[in-house]
Amino acid sequence: MIKKLTLIAVAGGVMLFAGADWLQFRGTSATSVSEGARPPLRWSESENVAWKAALPGRGPSSPIVIGDRVVVTCSSGIKQDRMHVLCFDVQSGKRLWERQFWATGRTLSHPTSANAAPTPASDGSRIFAFYASNDMVCLDLEGNLLWYRGFAHDYPKAGNDVGMASSPVVVDDTVIVQIENQGDSFAAGVNVDTGETRWRIARPARANWCSPVAVPAEHAVLLQSPDGLSAHEARTGEEIWRYPSECAGIASSVVLDGKIYLPSDGVTVLTLPKNSSGPEVLWNSNRLRPSSSSPVVYRGKVYTLNGPILVCADEKTGDTEWQLRLKGRFWATPVAVDGHLFCVNQDGQASVVKLGEKGKVVGESEFGAGVQGSPALAAGALFVRTDGHLWKIAATPK
Amino acid sequence: MRILCLFLLIVVSATGLQADDSALDSNLKKIRNVSAKGAGHREAIAAWAQVIAVRADQLPQVLAGMDGAEALATNWIRGLVDAIAEREIQAGGKLPVRELEQFIAARNHHPRARRTAYEWLTRVDPSTPKRLLPGMLNDPSLELRRDAVAYLLDSLKPGAGKDVGQDVSAEKSAEIYRQALTAARDIDQIKLITKELKEQGETVDLPQHYGFLQRWKLAAWFDNAGQKGFDVAYPPERGVDLKATYQGQEGKVSWVDHIAKDEYGIVELNAAIGKKKGAIAYAYAVFVSDRAQEVDLRIGCINAYKVWVNGELLLSREVYHAGMEIDQYIAKTRLRAGENTILVKVCQNEQEESWAQRWQFQLRICDLSGQAILSQDRPAAKTAHLRQ
Repeated sequence: MIKKLTLIAVAGGVMLFAGADWLQFRGTSATSVSEGARPPLRWSESENVAWKAALPGRGPSSPIVIGDRVVVTCSSGIKQDRMHVLCFDVQSGKRLWERQFWATGRTLSHPTSANAAPTPASDGSRIFAFYASNDMVCLDLEGNLLWYRGFAHDYPKAGNDVGMASSPVVVDDTVIVQIENQGDSFAAGVNVDTGETRWRIARPARANWCSPVAVPAEHAVLLQSPDGLSAHEARTGEEIWRYPSECAGIASSVVLDGKIYLPSDGVTVLTLPKNSSGPEVLWNSNRLRPSSSSPVVYRGKVYTLNGPILVCADEKTGDTEWQLRLKGRFWATPVAVDGHLFCVNQDGQASVVKLGEKGKVVGESEFGAGVQGSPALAAGALFVRTDGHLWKIAATPK
Repeated sequence: MRILCLFLLIVVSATGLQADDSALDSNLKKIRNVSAKGAGHREAIAAWAQVIAVRADQLPQVLAGMDGAEALATNWIRGLVDAIAEREIQAGGKLPVRELEQFIAARNHHPRARRTAYEWLTRVDPSTPKRLLPGMLNDPSLELRRDAVAYLLDSLKPGAGKDVGQDVSAEKSAEIYRQALTAARDIDQIKLITKELKEQGETVDLPQHYGFLQRWKLAAWFDNAGQKGFDVAYPPERGVDLKATYQGQEGKVSWVDHIAKDEYGIVELNAAIGKKKGAIAYAYAVFVSDRAQEVDLRIGCINAYKVWVNGELLLSREVYHAGMEIDQYIAKTRLRAGENTILVKVCQNEQEESWAQRWQFQLRICDLSGQAILSQDRPAAKTAHLRQ
């Protein structure tokens, strides 16, 4: 009986731990939502900063959290061609390991971006660190290299000198990258064990910064481009259905509860088809106009940031319920937890909005440096990276 | 008997070490064999898992695994070196500092291997930069060279004298800046040095320093409406005749002289031949090489472009308005002794946004390290001492 209880306790602990993960861009479910505890509403150098770790390079990429580890990527050097992967202990902020590599693809970008623009992804035991140069590093959680791919080494015209930024996703045993640009434009599925290509399909030869979205239940992935959204078998790349539409080129889709929230003509909500018949439109609202940040769907509402304006709409109808002007402009997608939305603008000013019939800013804090990467939420903490530091925001004893 | 046992022990140990070395070399070769599109991954993954167990004193041998390696494989080996070195340090062990320093000194090793050794040596011995960088101004590793230039420039900062010697006179300062300029390859350092030299009343011929081609013949406009002209072979692509007149987009087109006066060799086509959207311009130059040699041709271009050298297509990129910088695209080419022709096709599209109006390129010839190689008919050098 004791053994059984112990097993249950351990299993429960593992599940709790697993629930604390934030494994990719916008979190494990790519919804920017955590069901865990809320981080503090405000912080400063002397309050609620659990730790702050120096970073050796720049990056709009977000941190990810895998169990007791937080992983972040950076790029450094005059040409941004030195790539770093760093792993920190979640509790102490101690740097556990760092690995460095040289970019094999193009690293030129707009000055506000950097080679470490895509957010890494993890399947819980491996880290897939991806860069604007289209290099992908696969490491285990101890920092051992499992394999290394240079997609621009393979296809030299793959790249965008404004800077690529699409983040990879993992579906089952395939990691998927979306490398869309004016040159060699494609998406590919890669075997997580070997780094070998399972499939590669041509994509529109236009610049695009959207990230693929995993649909694990369907073993599928959604690929969003300026000319539409398509669903593909994750293991083969075979197209399942296509929805032609003029879509956003930066803000990415959200999939939740059988619906797709597509940044197209504002926001268009589609059914998530179970077969090749294609999606149906449920509603559309051009009053929701996500600019660089992706939409957030949380507790029956849809939230978008259009410049500094946070807009809240009903998730079932798209009807706008309220708007709230925040400070500054945003690259980072906000994250939601415990009835609050954490928004960090490009100048590093954070606004915590209490959600309800109206939105109300209940906390404001500053990171003192620009922020482009979306925060990560895990175990009651907020992880935010600037170009110089990785911050863990969590309640600290007074 | 004791002597015999000792002898056998030595023989067995030596044989074991040789076997170790042989296995290590074999595994490193498998890693070095990784190539494009995942080729060789399975063998390399198995080999990597073997090599990770080696002792830290074998790091120089692991680093030498980068010698002759392609870019992908250097990253696989870099991952190994970092993991082995970090494990050793975290366990309280020591890195083979003397051997690492010897490795760095041997310039025949891969520049990335030497750089990696330098970074780990610096981590365990912070005096490394001070000891090694002064001798690295002409290092084949551009990363080490950059640090050496920075170290030299630091010696000119106010108050630096106590660290590197006497504070320097204005004359000596100019000499040091010249030395730094000769070594520098990165634009931020070159800009900084040039600014300092100019403030001291010195002249810097940047186009010559870089090796930008400045004297061009231009022919425009040819049709690129709908971006359909990129793959159309207009008459200049079929053979340049500087006396010819062509039927262009809006009438007759003939070659005109143009000298790019920009410090960074930029040929401003809007200014040189008139602003035109949906159009193509050709630029033609002759480069006189003193001998047959392999060189880098490096171009920066904000527009879609093609480059031919001696009639052979060398570079081609159909990308519009996605950024431009010095050395944006690099290709190796073989020049013959004497005259070589360079033809550039620069395509402008019809985007109307304010950020999509530029129509320009810059092109230079240099060696692998970025050192300018000048055409023999270039006007007399004003800064001949920049040549090594």
